[in-house]
Amino acid sequence: MKDEYDVLVVGAGPGGSIAAKTAAEHGLDVLLIEKRAEIGNPVRCAEGVGKESIKPFIESDPSWISAEVKGARIYSPDGTAIEMSEDIAGPEVGYVLERKIFDRALALQAARAGAEVMVKTRATGLIIENGFVRGIRGEHFGDDFTVRANIVIGADGVESKVGRWAGINTTLKLSDIETCAEFLMADIDFDQDYCDFYVGNEIAPGGYAWIFPKGKHEANVGVGVLGSRVGSTKAIHFLKKFVDKSCSDGHILEIIVGGVPVSGPLERTITNGLMLVGDAARMTDPITGGGIVNAMITGQIAGEVAAKAISKGDTSTKVLSEYETRWKSAIEDSLDKSLHAKEVLTKMPDEQLNMLAHSIKDVNFGELTATSLLTEITRRNPKMLWELRHLL
Amino acid sequence: MIVINRHKCGHCGACVGVCPENAIDLVDAWVEVSDKCIECGICVKVCPVGALEIQHEG
Ligand SMILES: Cc1cc2nc3c(=O)[nH]c(=O)nc-3n(C[C@H](O)[C@H](O)[C@H](O)COP(=O)(O)OP(=O)(O)OC[C@H]3O[C@@H](n4cnc5c(N)ncnc54)[C@H](O)[C@@H]3O)c2cc1C
Repeated sequence: MKDEYDVLVVGAGPGGSIAAKTAAEHGLDVLLIEKRAEIGNPVRCAEGVGKESIKPFIESDPSWISAEVKGARIYSPDGTAIEMSEDIAGPEVGYVLERKIFDRALALQAARAGAEVMVKTRATGLIIENGFVRGIRGEHFGDDFTVRANIVIGADGVESKVGRWAGINTTLKLSDIETCAEFLMADIDFDQDYCDFYVGNEIAPGGYAWIFPKGKHEANVGVGVLGSRVGSTKAIHFLKKFVDKSCSDGHILEIIVGGVPVSGPLERTITNGLMLVGDAARMTDPITGGGIVNAMITGQIAGEVAAKAISKGDTSTKVLSEYETRWKSAIEDSLDKSLHAKEVLTKMPDEQLNMLAHSIKDVNFGELTATSLLTEITRRNPKMLWELRHLL
Repeated sequence: MIVINRHKCGHCGACVGVCPENAIDLVDAWVEVSDKCIECGICVKVCPVGALEIQHEG
């Protein structure tokens, strides 16, 4: 570790690794730190992702692809299935990843682009001088250190501290986080071609349960429940109940827990000398909970804007505001739509969810996105979804 | 006082994300609560496995 870098990235998830890679590719001196001993482990993810959407960030490699899927199916409380696949007879459109390997591959890309990568290295505070973030305080293998940087990128995930240290309030309300539990299960019998989602107030209040195929008759089986809707029954209990009903003869090989921000993006994602990306900036889709791709999109933009700011010698919000303009034009619209839909759908009783499902069960979806699903249910249920009419 | 059952905790950081006082830290494979804690109980609610509990002194 040197005393000073152009850019210091906190957190080696998909957002941080892409930010570090991008900045390094622009010739910057970059340090990427990860507090865990092992990048990518433990996993906190169901690992589903659109094939096309990750193409810009990494060349596909079988080592981090667990399975390929043709589409998604959503089951309403009464069991009505909505099938979403671009072309049922066509090629696979989605991957279920092996995040342990995927996250490492992304960090390796950053390292090969010239970034210095350090594990077991935790940021514990920021150096702030004259209103500018100028580096971090940290701890590596039990030893404290300080390191200076012209720009800090906070990619520290759902538990993000970097934003808070800089005075940005990133606290999630209970109604803005999904609390999740998941098993990796073996020897269960299900359709390996689809990612399946199950909605309903009994199965997962304010969230959903999922079965995502991992190949070899294995699957990620999980449940996410809205924080404001859990009582003494925890996500893990909802999961056990779901497993008992859906795949009780499977074997549990791994347990995964985690929180997914569903607040919609932070209002402020920059300060002087600082940008927040990915989950740290709450970039996950509030309906699907998917955040891998948005972390990479925002990480890349942050890396590019960092390069510009450093070449200009100005890391103030005046220059960094380009980061906000660009991420907004890339993903704000779809995040906004999902957020509005979340506010309405997470409050719906099962009968209404069933009615929505019946109204679209025979639709052919051209596009496998939350937005296309939301547009269709809004169009077909104008009265019930009056509050969502602007989605059309 | 917030008590954490380390045997249950999956060190996922959900409690850190919701803490309004920034009193919780996910250090490595364990969670630490500082004296900034106001015992609001939000972390207890969000924990996916029920590893946190408010224990009243006395
Ligand atoms: C149960 C569950 C299921 C999910 N399923 C999906 C899915 O199917 N598809 C999808 O797209 N998304 C899914 N997500 C969301 C997805 O996992 C996240 O959106 C994604 O990982 C965000 O990437 P990131 O780089 O922003 O943060 P993360 O991947 O969380 O990375 C943050 C990193 O920062 C490190 N860090 C934190 N603090 C510090 C510090 N102080 N110093 C150093 N390092 C630090 C952490 O250890 C971590 O490695 C799911 C999430 C959960 C919990």
